[in-house]
Order: sequence, then structure tokens, then C-alpha cells
Amino acid sequence: MSDKNSLLEARGIGKAFLGITALDGVDLTLERGEIHALLGENGAGKSTLIKILTGVYSRDHGTMRLEGAEVTPSSVAEAQGLGIGTVYQEVNLLENLTVAENLFLGRQPRRFGLIDRGEMRRRSKTLLERYGLDIDVDALLSSYSVAVRQIVAIARAVDLSGKVLVLDEPTASLDAHEVEMLFAVLRRLREEGLGIIIITHFLNQVYAVADRVTVLRNGRLVGTRKLAELPRLELISMMLGRELQHITREHQAQEETVISAAEAPIRFSGYGKRGSVAPFDLDIRPGEVVGVAGLLGSGRTETAFLLFGIDRADSGTATVDNREVALSSPEAAIASGFGFCPEERKTDGIIGDFSVADNIALAVQARQGWAKPISSREKAALAENFIKSLDIRPADADRQMKFLSGGNQQKAILARWLATEPRLLILDEPTRGIDIGAHAEILKMIEKLCADGMSLVVISSELEELTAIAHRVIVLSDRKHIAELKGDQVTADNIMQAIATRTEAA
Amino acid sequence: MIHTRNLPFVTTLGIFVIAYALCVLQFPNMLSTRVIGNLLTDNAFLGIAAVGMTFVILSGGIDLSIGSVIAFTSVFVAVLVGSLGVHPLIAFAAVLVISTLFGSLMGAMIRYLGIPPFVVTLAGMFLARGAAYLISTESVPISHEMIDAIQGFYFRFPGGGRLTALAMLMLLVFIVGAFIAARTRFGANVYAIGGSQQSAELMGVPVGSTTVGIYALSGFLSGLAGIAYTLYTSSGYSLATVGVELDAIAAVVIGGTLLTGGVGLVAGTFIGILIQGLIQTYIVFDGTLSSWWTKIVIGILLFVFIVLQRGIIWYSNRRLAEGRLKEI
Repeated sequence: MSDKNSLLEARGIGKAFLGITALDGVDLTLERGEIHALLGENGAGKSTLIKILTGVYSRDHGTMRLEGAEVTPSSVAEAQGLGIGTVYQEVNLLENLTVAENLFLGRQPRRFGLIDRGEMRRRSKTLLERYGLDIDVDALLSSYSVAVRQIVAIARAVDLSGKVLVLDEPTASLDAHEVEMLFAVLRRLREEGLGIIIITHFLNQVYAVADRVTVLRNGRLVGTRKLAELPRLELISMMLGRELQHITREHQAQEETVISAAEAPIRFSGYGKRGSVAPFDLDIRPGEVVGVAGLLGSGRTETAFLLFGIDRADSGTATVDNREVALSSPEAAIASGFGFCPEERKTDGIIGDFSVADNIALAVQARQGWAKPISSREKAALAENFIKSLDIRPADADRQMKFLSGGNQQKAILARWLATEPRLLILDEPTRGIDIGAHAEILKMIEKLCADGMSLVVISSELEELTAIAHRVIVLSDRKHIAELKGDQVTADNIMQAIATRTEAA
Repeated sequence: MIHTRNLPFVTTLGIFVIAYALCVLQFPNMLSTRVIGNLLTDNAFLGIAAVGMTFVILSGGIDLSIGSVIAFTSVFVAVLVGSLGVHPLIAFAAVLVISTLFGSLMGAMIRYLGIPPFVVTLAGMFLARGAAYLISTESVPISHEMIDAIQGFYFRFPGGGRLTALAMLMLLVFIVGAFIAARTRFGANVYAIGGSQQSAELMGVPVGSTTVGIYALSGFLSGLAGIAYTLYTSSGYSLATVGVELDAIAAVVIGGTLLTGGVGLVAGTFIGILIQGLIQTYIVFDGTLSSWWTKIVIGILLFVFIVLQRGIIWYSNRRLAEGRLKEI
């Protein structure tokens, strides 16, 4: 075996689905001891490329060489056997099994034909110690945090394959501390000579951990560059193919004075639920964006659930236009003019098999009551209107929702609520899993909506996003509202400061 | 310390012990080897079938064909041995092969045609019942010296109870079943598929052959249960054992196995069978209660267990959330 060969070399990879080209002549070279980031907007072909490399899909064109030898893995198991292991973002390990069972599924140590549980436990312990994890390997995987599960998944993949590790969005649901833990593991594996391919949306993380980056756009290769020599703006323009439009806080200062003077028509006082969120006060004025910040598990989503009546508050009152309302269900909240776009778009938001038009019409229909169906002409008009105004692509109202990209699905969900003309719209992580182009569009849309007089509550884990759009930011920690930042105070530093102070005090 | 995943099993065991103690308080005679021996013998065929059902449910599936396959097997054996004079061992081997193939075929349809197990095994249920009617609509008596020998064979417990061949067969099936579930790769794969078929597939579990294997095992055990039923009643009857699959499902769920798959123990199913047998025995001892009370109590117990399982899921989610808070 010659050392001149790269660890993994893919040349001219092409793939089409039902005549639609997903990948067109893409090259990727991975060296030993390298962390290689794979970037691109949604639909750029990252997932398709990864699935070809790991044996999930077969390729139509191109060659793949592992340590100089041509390979064509036709299944995940075969790719693993060759030395290519994968850790997926969501579909990962089995939560109903123990840590040890997950690590050794399919290759359990046996004695006399029976699984040797003692041996399996010992080997799991030794394996995880290398990753700095000292945990009870006989406990269920579901009893550990996402970060620990992720490391267990990596440990399994590396132990199984040992040459190439592919990570698909490994950090999507981790908080900052957990990300650091994961990166420490990746750096160690790099020193051991592994080649690592990582897909992520977070540019900061790309610069923090990766050596080189390959950018794809619309199924084609844009380029492979060393990150040390690549300015951030250039990377973004490689991804977008255009200069990024900066989002600024124009005219905001002047609006704020007007806003805070006005009496708040929507007020929550002493609102809370035991075991979910401690009682809080919240006034929401027209044309105002209230940001909600906090770490994962701090009570962000729980706050949204309370405001929208998904969870019932056990203390406090909610008043709309000086009249007390009981937000006992989402239906009641919709009746009060509230709307909610949940975080888990795929599971809680869209109905994949329905058309775009049907998805948009859902909330209007719910508001009207099921006895008065919306005519198909009204529905088409509604859909056409929003597809144009929100620039939903492809502009086809009859297309099934599941065939849209993440960004366009999110726009369609926004359209659903906008169609009900709500006075308060709650957005939980509106830009999660969305490419940069759609990201900017959605932020702009939020600004436009509040300029039209709608109130918004935006929950986000991206501080830059919050500081760009929010007039006020509520900071949560430990399921309590710990601070409220206004006007010039709204900066990423202040938010982190608030969380940090609180954590130290606790 | 009890892991939460064993909590349903421990609860079932606790309920059984308490229920048995209460029964004994009222009828001290119930604490005799005679009662226990009969309980095991009377429920032998159900227990054998329930072991197969445990694997099916652990994998997240369901098998509705069990009762019909038992009826088919018993009629088939009875006609072969009773009417045609075939040697029982040949008849047993033949039905075990047929029922195993039948199960494999259903498993293959579930896996390779992507049809839900409920639908496939519902079709299998009608098919096997129909085939049983086709063979004979009469109750066919069976008599053979070897069968008499098996029926007459037992170990005597101190206290006059009998551990019959049928009871021993059931216990053996439970022990082997527990070993397969806990200590073989096939067993581990069953739990994996029940947890998430997609994840299991991505982790390299041979989902296809395992699924076929699961339904083949259930078919084989249904056939074995049919043989046990034939030996128990000394006859074969195509109208018998209607709805036995539902009793088996009840035993599995009461035994602490999640209907959604992935969590449960073969030993739990054994306790589930014992609880059902205990209720029947109590009704016999009481003498005034209608035998339908068995169904009512089983129904209540099922409700309790489904609520308990929801509670455990809720509790472990909450604990996880609290764990996260501490980390922050």
C-alpha cells in the first residue's frame, strides 16, 4: 500500500433520482488525520454524497477509492466492513437498549454460542474510557444526554470501521459545552490518523474544528479549500453563490420609544406551570419582536407551549385587550388571535402528504370551524397569494409538502399562520436546519411582519439572530425568566452574561 | 437497584405474588402443588404460543394467526393419527414444518412487500382457520399408544401435584425462549428492530432475515402449541381456540412487554400466563362466579398495565429532563 494514496478519494460522483440530477461530477478527497467539513445549502447534495460514500445509495457515475483500491459499497454493513463508519444526526442508536448493547449490536462477544454479557460490559468500559466517558454501560441509552449518545455512536462507528468517520449534523441538538466535548473527541481521533467528514450548518464550528472544507451547490462541486486560508465571507459566498445580504437593525431605535409608550394589549402576569416554567410576567405590544434566549432545556419551548395553550398554566392570568382569557388549549389560543410555529417542523408542523395549499389552509380552516369548509377556489387563492409573497419554491400549490426543502416548508408553515391574520405569532427556532439564503429571507419576513403591527415571540438558540431582530429579549435559565434586555442592551454578550451570572449563582 | 426497564416485570411479579397470597388467605387449599401442577398443564398450550407472541411483540409486530394455526395443527394431527393411522412423531414433524413455513411466509410478506403485520397475520388467521375447516368440521378423537404414554407421563410433586409432560414442555419452551431473547444475536436483533427498525438497519442488523425468523419462530411455536392442545384434549377440532391469540397478547402485555416493541422479558410473559391461570383457578374455587370474570379481570389488568407503561415513559422522560438541567 502506497502512502501517496489519499485515504478516501471520490471522483466524478453522479447520481440522479427519477431523472432529476442530485449530484453531478462531484470530487472529494479525504486525507488521513484530517477533519473535512462538507458544506452547502439545503438541497446542495451533501446528504446524497454522504449516502453514496457510506453505501446507502449506489452511484450512477464516478469512482471511489479507499487507500488506493477501488471500492463500491452496496450496503451500510459493507461500508463498515471496508472501514467507513457513519453517525447520523437523528436516526442514531437504539434508546431501548443499554449502552453496551448498542456498542456491540451485531458483533457481541460470545461464549459457547451465547452472548457473553460480562465480556461485553468490560469491553464497553474500556472502549468508552478512551473517549473520557466513565458511565454505567448497563444503563439504557435513553437515560443519557444527547451528547453522551453521540459519543457512544462515534465510539461504535470508529471501533467498527476505523478508517473513515462520517458525521451528519452531529451538533444540531447539542449545547455549547457538549459541542466542545464532541470536538475534543474528534481532535483526538484525528491525531490517531482517522479521516473525518463532518456536515454542519454552523460556520463557527467549521472553523473551530475542520482543516479543509468542500462546498457543494445545486449538486455540483464549488471547491475544496484549506480553512486557514479562507476568509469567512468568501466561504459564505462560495455556499450562496452571491454576496450575503447583511441584516441590520435599521430604524429600530426610533420605533422602540413609540412601542414602549403604548399600552400592551397582550399581558401575561404570574404565568407559569409547576415543573415546566416558573411564573413570569410578559407584556407584548403590537409591532414588537420579543426574543426568548436560553440554553437547551432552560424552558424556552416550555414557555411557548404555555403561551399557546399546549400546556395549561397552573398559576397567573393571561389578558388580551383587558379581558382575561383562559388559554386552555391551542384552539382557545387561536381564538384569541395567537399562532405558533413549532420547533420540530417535520413531526409537529407539516403534514407531508398534503399539498402546499392544504397545509397553508389548515389553520384558517381550524379557525372557521370544521363545519364551514373552505372552497377549493379560496384555498387556491390563499396559496397563490402566499407562495408569491413569501417566495415559496417551487411555486406549485399542489405539490406535496414533503418534497419541499426545509426552508420552503418553514415558509409554508409561516403562511399557514399568517393566513389567519394573527395578532401574536410565536416562532420556535424558525431558522433551524435552514440554509443561509432562506435564513435571511425568514428574518426579513419577521421584520416586515412586525412593521405591519403584528407581535412576535421568537425563540432561538442563535444569539446573533435574536439580537438582529428582537426589540426585547427574555433570557431563561433553569426554567426561570431571569432577565429582560431592552434596546441597546440587546447584545449577544449581555445575553450570555445573564445566563452565566445566573449559572454561577445557582 | 431496579432499572426502569425492568419495572413492569417487577410490578407484574409483585401483583402475582400479592394476588396469590390473597387467594390463599381465602382458600388455603390453593397453596398446593396440585393446584400449581394443574395450572401449568391447563395453560401449557397458551404459554407455548405466548412465547412466540413475545418475540413478535418485542419486534414491534403482532401475530393474529396463532389461534387458527393451533386449531389447524390439532385437526391436522388428529386426522393424520386418528383417521389415517400415521405415526404421531411423523405427524408432529409434518405440522411443525408446515406451521414454521407458514410463519416464514407471513414474515417474508411483512418484510419484503411492506404490508403491516396486522394485515398479513389477519389474512393468515382466516387462511389457517379455513384450512382447518377444510380438513374436518367434526371433532376428531385421537388415540395412539404413544400419545397415551405422553399423556400418562408425569413427575409427582410432594403433596400430590403432577408435573405433566405438557407442563414440562411449556417450561422448556419458556427457558429456551428466555435464552434466545437474552443471550443470542437473534434475540438482540429482535430488541433492536423493536426499538427502531430504521436505526437497526443503519447499524447493520439483518432486518430481513430476522423478521422472517421472528414469524417463523411464532409459527413453529403455534404449531407446537397445537400439538400440546391436541395432547391436552385428545382430539382435534377446527372450531377450537378461537381468540387464543388475544389471550396470548394479553399475557405478553401483562408480563410487561411494551406493545410498541423493544422492551420486555420472556419471563414476564410466564408471569402473565400464571396470572391468567390464577384468576381461572380462583373462579373454580369460588364456585359462584361466572367464568367471564376471567375476561373482566384480564381487561382491568390490561388497562392498569397500559397506564403503568405510559407512566414509566413519562417518568423516565422527566428524569432525563432533570438530568439535563443539572448538567447546565
